[in-house]
Amino acid sequence: MKEIILLKSGEIALKGLNRSTFEDVMAKNARRRLQPLGEFKLWHAQSTTYVEPLTEGVDMEEAVRRLQTVFGVVAVTKSCVVEKDFAVICPAAAEYFADRLRQARTFKVEAKRSDKAFPMKSPEISRELGGYLLSRFHHLRVKVEQPDITITVEIREQGAYLHADQLPGAGGIPVGTGGRALLLLSGGIDSPVAGYMMAKRGLEIAAVHFASPPYTSDRARQKVLDLAEKLTPYTGRIRLFVVPFTALQETLRDRCPEDYFTLLMRRYMMRVAERIARREDCGALITGESLGQVASQTMQAIGCTDLATALPVLRPCIGMDKEEIIRVSRRIDTFETSILPYEDCCTVFTPRHPKTKPTVAAVEAIEAEMAIDPAMVQQAADDAELVIIRY
Amino acid sequence: MECYLDNSATTAVTPEVAALAARIMTEQYGNPSSLHRRGFWAERALTEARGQVAAVLRCRPEEIIFTSGGTESNNLALLGAARAARRRGSRIVTTAVEHHSVLAVCRQLESEGFEVAYVSPDAGGVITPESFAAACDEKTVLASCMMVNSETGALHDIPAIAAACRRKNPGILFHADCVQAFGRLEIAPARWGVQLVSVSGHKIHAPKGVGALYVAKGVRLLPPLYGSGQERGLRPGTENLPGICAMGLAAERMNARRAENAAHFTALRQKLITNLSQSPAVCINSPEAAAPYIINLSVEGIRSEIMIHYLEQFEIYVSSGSACAKGERSHVLTAMGLPEDRIDSAIRVSMTDTTAEEEIDEFCRRLLQGAATLAKRR
Repeated sequence: MKEIILLKSGEIALKGLNRSTFEDVMAKNARRRLQPLGEFKLWHAQSTTYVEPLTEGVDMEEAVRRLQTVFGVVAVTKSCVVEKDFAVICPAAAEYFADRLRQARTFKVEAKRSDKAFPMKSPEISRELGGYLLSRFHHLRVKVEQPDITITVEIREQGAYLHADQLPGAGGIPVGTGGRALLLLSGGIDSPVAGYMMAKRGLEIAAVHFASPPYTSDRARQKVLDLAEKLTPYTGRIRLFVVPFTALQETLRDRCPEDYFTLLMRRYMMRVAERIARREDCGALITGESLGQVASQTMQAIGCTDLATALPVLRPCIGMDKEEIIRVSRRIDTFETSILPYEDCCTVFTPRHPKTKPTVAAVEAIEAEMAIDPAMVQQAADDAELVIIRY
Repeated sequence: MECYLDNSATTAVTPEVAALAARIMTEQYGNPSSLHRRGFWAERALTEARGQVAAVLRCRPEEIIFTSGGTESNNLALLGAARAARRRGSRIVTTAVEHHSVLAVCRQLESEGFEVAYVSPDAGGVITPESFAAACDEKTVLASCMMVNSETGALHDIPAIAAACRRKNPGILFHADCVQAFGRLEIAPARWGVQLVSVSGHKIHAPKGVGALYVAKGVRLLPPLYGSGQERGLRPGTENLPGICAMGLAAERMNARRAENAAHFTALRQKLITNLSQSPAVCINSPEAAAPYIINLSVEGIRSEIMIHYLEQFEIYVSSGSACAKGERSHVLTAMGLPEDRIDSAIRVSMTDTTAEEEIDEFCRRLLQGAATLAKRR
């Protein structure tokens, strides 16, 4: 029996003239997700994308799971395709849904007929197929309100489609349709979630990580690579830049007042990130900051951080509680990696009592006095090592 | 030049030893239990390896049980002996500075109803025979003390400790975890009145995944594993012949050069201490009574991890304590009563027979350089 997967696109149907671009990008992303499983043919019709396996014996369950991570898809449905002949549709439905129907107590059949040339009308199809299934599964009862299983028959141009479950898709907008942004990826819980959330709104993600050997280790770096890899089902390939940050960090430690250290470090991270962003044609920076979570994430501190870059800084987690962020990180499977304890060495730099309500004037005065050579920022950006995290 | 100074974590396999293991895997691949000729050849290789390890431990070959390593040997010894002795008594005496594979087993035995006493070391980190014996009483069935501490090198006088226990209660079975002493120091359980000894292969240039337990004749253990009766039924399962033969050869080679290695270790230790004594930031945590090949030291204000990652840039590899306890504060240094910041900045240097003088010089030079340049704790 031939199976096919139907993808329903949500928001992108609203995008007017851009719609076909959006659909094409979504199909490209879907194809990339499916590529390791075999060859598939994809086409669009009536706000549905059809995914047909061309390779024999493809793991269709796995294909469905993978398609559930493609942004722009609101629902994923595995369907059986048969000839548009009622004498074929009936036994096919009985066979294709046999396991499900045996377990169910109540059911209903819904028919949709977009091919008006088909001789039976929708209510008639529902009634006749329902009757046929009742004659084959004696324990079943028809129930219109909340049945255990709803079998849908769609009579379309290309054939008759039979399906039962509509699974939720990832929602959002296809990755890449909104441009590209640079994610500051720390290795903690929040930043991968931030990357996921902005990819969901259509951004292609590049990433930057600040490494400070010997205060951070190869394992901490590997953890960030692993996190980036965990994001790739959603984001696709990620260009990750690992910035050697030790020299800047040590200089800051030597020259700045202890309570301002974290804030100034964040400003320097923004400056290095901006340089990489410009080089990589990224239109914004993304961080995992959540208001009030730590001292450097108070409104005043964020205000000071923002002034260090001319690029917009997107902070999708800003209004989320830690619990909410953790829930997302568990769902996208980055949580367990995020909590691996490899970063504590950086605590040698962490101030004991960081400034929670810094003023821009004070920060700028300190920076003027520190007189850090801007070449150090450029150097850090230039020396960043590019790691391509393939999907 | 690479300076691998983490030989108490593990060692490089000697090429000849690796070649032997490879030959057994690809050519002498028989199962020692098979009746045919290949099985017999394999059995003969097993017998030879057992003899080699027995020779190092100065015991009878049938007293050697091959295991998967130090952890399994400690588990088999303690679980096996305690469970078999259950009706005679319920007290176990060990020390607060044992390896986790002893301490975790003791916690398990506590949950099975045993009472376990953990003897603390003196300020230098050494367990004295008096303090150990003081914890032993009439109800005590099992005592366990490591010979060389894996973190500090503290050397415990096992013959004296075992004798002191015997004087308190002659029925006590004595187990010594000799993983860090094997091949480097003399171990003679039969003469010392010790009934159980754990050793491991990968600390003496054999591969990981092989170890042995000496079980004195007549000692009864209730094994945690059941199967087809290999290793006198104490450790069933097809023997890890490549590993076992490698361990036999490595043990023989290491033991043959014990005296000259001892002189070598002492000279290196002296050199290290002299080189570092010029810096007030460095203090030695190892006691005077220590195996010379393990030296524990602290660099004031610099966390162990940072120093380790600093040194690795120069291909210098040391550890922060025991490699098995990544990221945890050392229970050994804590038991010695050292202040927290000294524990958090502890570095362990561990040497082997192939360690060169230049490696020690390079380590000292870079350590002092790091001590001067790295950011200190606030």
